[in-house]
Amino acid sequence: MSTETLFRRITDYAARPDPYPLYAELREHGVARQEDGSYLVGTYDEVVQLLHDPRISSDAHSRADVDEELLRAEADGMTPAFIGLDDPEHERLRGIAMRPFGPPHSPGRIDALQDDIARIAQELIDGFDGREEVDLVDDFAYPLPVTVIGRLLGIPSGDMGQLRRWTDIVIASLDFDPGEDPAVKRRRGREAGREMADYLGDLAASRRDHPSDDLLSALVGDPGPEGAFRHEELKSTAALLLIAGHETTVNLITNGALTLMRHPEAAARLRNDPGLMPSAVEELLRYEPPVQLLPQRSPLTDIEVAGVTVPRGAPLILVLAAANRDPLRFPEPDRFDPARRDNQHLGFGSGIHSCFGAPLARVEARIALTALLARIGADAHPVEDPPPYRRSPVLRGPRHLLVRH
Amino acid sequence: MSTERPLPRIDGSVRRVVVVGASLAGLRAAEALRDSGFDGRLTLVGEEAEFPYDRPPLSKQVLLGEAAAHDAGLPAHRPVDAEWRLGVRAAGVDPLHRQVLLADGDRLPYDRLLIATGTRARPWPVPEEAALDGVLTLRTAQDAAGLVARLDAGPRRVLVIGAGFTGSEIASACRERGLGVTVVERGPAPLVGALGGVLGKFAAEVQRAHGVDLRCGVTVTALEGSRGRLVGARLSDGSRVAADIAVVCLGAVRNTEWLDGSGLAAGPRGVACDAGCRAFDMYGIVTDEVFVAGDVARFPHPLFGYQMLSLEHWGNAVAQAEVAAHNMVSPGPRRRPHLTVPAFWSAQFGLNIKSVGVPTYSDRVVIAQGSPEEGRMVAVYGYRGRVTAAVAVNRAKWLEHYLRMIETAAPFPPPPGAADRSGEPVPVPSDVPDPRLLSHGPTVALTGHHPDRHITVVRAE
Ligand SMILES: Cc1cc2nc3c(=O)[nH]c(=O)nc-3n(C[C@H](O)[C@H](O)[C@H](O)COP(=O)(O)OP(=O)(O)OC[C@H]3O[C@@H](n4cnc5c(N)ncnc54)[C@H](O)[C@@H]3O)c2cc1C
Repeated sequence: MSTETLFRRITDYAARPDPYPLYAELREHGVARQEDGSYLVGTYDEVVQLLHDPRISSDAHSRADVDEELLRAEADGMTPAFIGLDDPEHERLRGIAMRPFGPPHSPGRIDALQDDIARIAQELIDGFDGREEVDLVDDFAYPLPVTVIGRLLGIPSGDMGQLRRWTDIVIASLDFDPGEDPAVKRRRGREAGREMADYLGDLAASRRDHPSDDLLSALVGDPGPEGAFRHEELKSTAALLLIAGHETTVNLITNGALTLMRHPEAAARLRNDPGLMPSAVEELLRYEPPVQLLPQRSPLTDIEVAGVTVPRGAPLILVLAAANRDPLRFPEPDRFDPARRDNQHLGFGSGIHSCFGAPLARVEARIALTALLARIGADAHPVEDPPPYRRSPVLRGPRHLLVRH
Repeated sequence: MSTERPLPRIDGSVRRVVVVGASLAGLRAAEALRDSGFDGRLTLVGEEAEFPYDRPPLSKQVLLGEAAAHDAGLPAHRPVDAEWRLGVRAAGVDPLHRQVLLADGDRLPYDRLLIATGTRARPWPVPEEAALDGVLTLRTAQDAAGLVARLDAGPRRVLVIGAGFTGSEIASACRERGLGVTVVERGPAPLVGALGGVLGKFAAEVQRAHGVDLRCGVTVTALEGSRGRLVGARLSDGSRVAADIAVVCLGAVRNTEWLDGSGLAAGPRGVACDAGCRAFDMYGIVTDEVFVAGDVARFPHPLFGYQMLSLEHWGNAVAQAEVAAHNMVSPGPRRRPHLTVPAFWSAQFGLNIKSVGVPTYSDRVVIAQGSPEEGRMVAVYGYRGRVTAAVAVNRAKWLEHYLRMIETAAPFPPPPGAADRSGEPVPVPSDVPDPRLLSHGPTVALTGHHPDRHITVVRAE
């Protein structure tokens, strides 16, 4: 079959439970040009190369087909978050956000959350008592990271329901759904994003006078040498941290639970040797990464990738999940091996945009899966396998995971 | 079908391994040996009484008081089950009987020997002046503890002699502590010996902007004392600096003297070895039992014209130790070459400097991303039309891209089009000075061009 429709087949909902054969096909074809003029890349070496190439832009303005909706939103004063910017702006904004979040200035912030995360996980698991069947998404994998990111940022728990509704609309707007008018969907997504950003901006502003020890207070507090956010920048950054801070971890935990139930020997090994969990989480990030592909890249100049010239401004889609199973990089790539060595997966991307929240995601997944394994027995199994998946081909994971335990 | 038995993974006849030098390279080699399945006897000999610790923090976090000097232990990756002989010096090698001689008279028999004795700080050349109270060097945890105590006491002015990486990092720490500091450098700029003229000029501006009294093209001609204490220094331009501390940062001396008489190709430039870390003897014949790794080694590198390289890089010590360990216990055809591209980092004056490749192996340089004005940039170095190095200032995440270019000998200058370039990149001469013009030794040295006349040739029986 021609590769012209490969991306359509990947994004087709029917491919969601098992996109890996399509990814194998993509790797066979090298750089695959699509009928709409975009290019797909899924081999490890090429993806890594592109993630580190300073001539590859993450800025939507670099695309030949600049999105009208984006320009309109910007005319209204909305600024893109650092995930959609190039250096040096990207570096500046990411640097300001990093200061209160991680090393070198705040090395302890994530560590300090560990006990909290363990307690939240345990409370959710205690809720399994007396029930034969639980939905690992709704009862565990979703509420855990949402509660954590809410507390980290300092969002009143009563507001999280509204934030979830906004998040769902924003995420849906990123999808490739042939049935829908993309312009309408994007506009809806941007409106939800704006409302969310306004909410977070107001909340942050209220912290200026009444600071507490949460991240929003730190972000409006004393500026470091990188300077401070302008208000619009603060809003879009806070919205990014909130969305990216839980949407992906939900899938990491759910994909992890499903993979471990499908591999009882690995689960048994981890029960006996919880010290293996950090390595198992890395393997999950390789084997079933929550972010399957990066849809928003384009070259600033014509560039050659594996013998194909990708023209300036063309949409360039980097399929991380395909690269993660490239047999040229990983021996037996389709095998789940919780003790795999030399596991430089692309589950968090790589290069300047590599996942900001990776340290938090790692801690959450480790604690969540350890607690889960301790609670559900060796005979726990999904009621349906494959389970129903979420729509998104980008942020891929089960929508529900009913488990009998 | 072949009836031959497959080559065993490790060479079972190797039962006793001795590692001399119990620091970064020695420890990582010991771990790699155990990882490879070696279950014989393993002895680590170290002159320092301490278990292996990390040196890079000594001139950074430790001087700032963020970490204690004796606290920078290297994380153990796995138990090494070794016999530790700490606080004792190896005094010689008897290659014929395969024994290491210890200063306390003991002899350690070996099937394989790893030399990982690294370097020591080059002392101030005038012994009476070096002996003045207040004249220090920085290489060991003990040195760092001594220097921190002096800085804590609030000296009026610190004199740093030599503006290589260590000297510049010390100057940075002093300024961060609010201490007055004078840096004297014989060369035209700080870091110029490692990074060339463009970044050297940038480094000079940064130091001055941070209040360093920087004197370049000048040497210290004498250290002056009063009642045994340092009070100041005279400079070659006729001026005088009053200082109560002088830190001598003149580069490193390789710890090879203990090998005099061993018949190995050991001298001031290090112990020469092949790409598999096997030491050469004085006739240039490769040995089968003696291996070398870390700062003390000099080895050929195909990416840099098969020049013999001496590196004082943390990452090189780790990578080379792993290759040496692997090759010590592997049958011939299973041996691996050490081909790692050199990489180095430094933190000073709020800058994160990271280098890949060999910047001194260059004739031209171009600022490919950012600019000195922004305080963030990537400088890319080329030699005869191909990329040989890149140095990032506050832009480390881009280096992987240039590493790939170095590995594939990509054409220089690199193609334009980077998102954060400022203006059209124009290559200029890289201005790498003759090392003899520097106060300090370079931390990367190409040692192949000049036949090494200093090698002590000692005949074995
Ligand atoms: C202050 C400082 C800052 C640094 N910062 C950086 C940095 O930012 N980035 C970077 O890449 N690198 C840095 N380095 C360099 C890095 O620390 C070295 O490359 C690394 O330590 C080399 O390890 P090694 O094991 O080869 O040698 P060494 O660390 O020198 O260890 C050799 C050991 O052998 C022992 N020894 C010597 N002779 C004998 C003998 N005859 N018998 C027994 N034992 C003996 C010595 O006592 C010593 O403990 C820094 C070094 C220093 C000193």
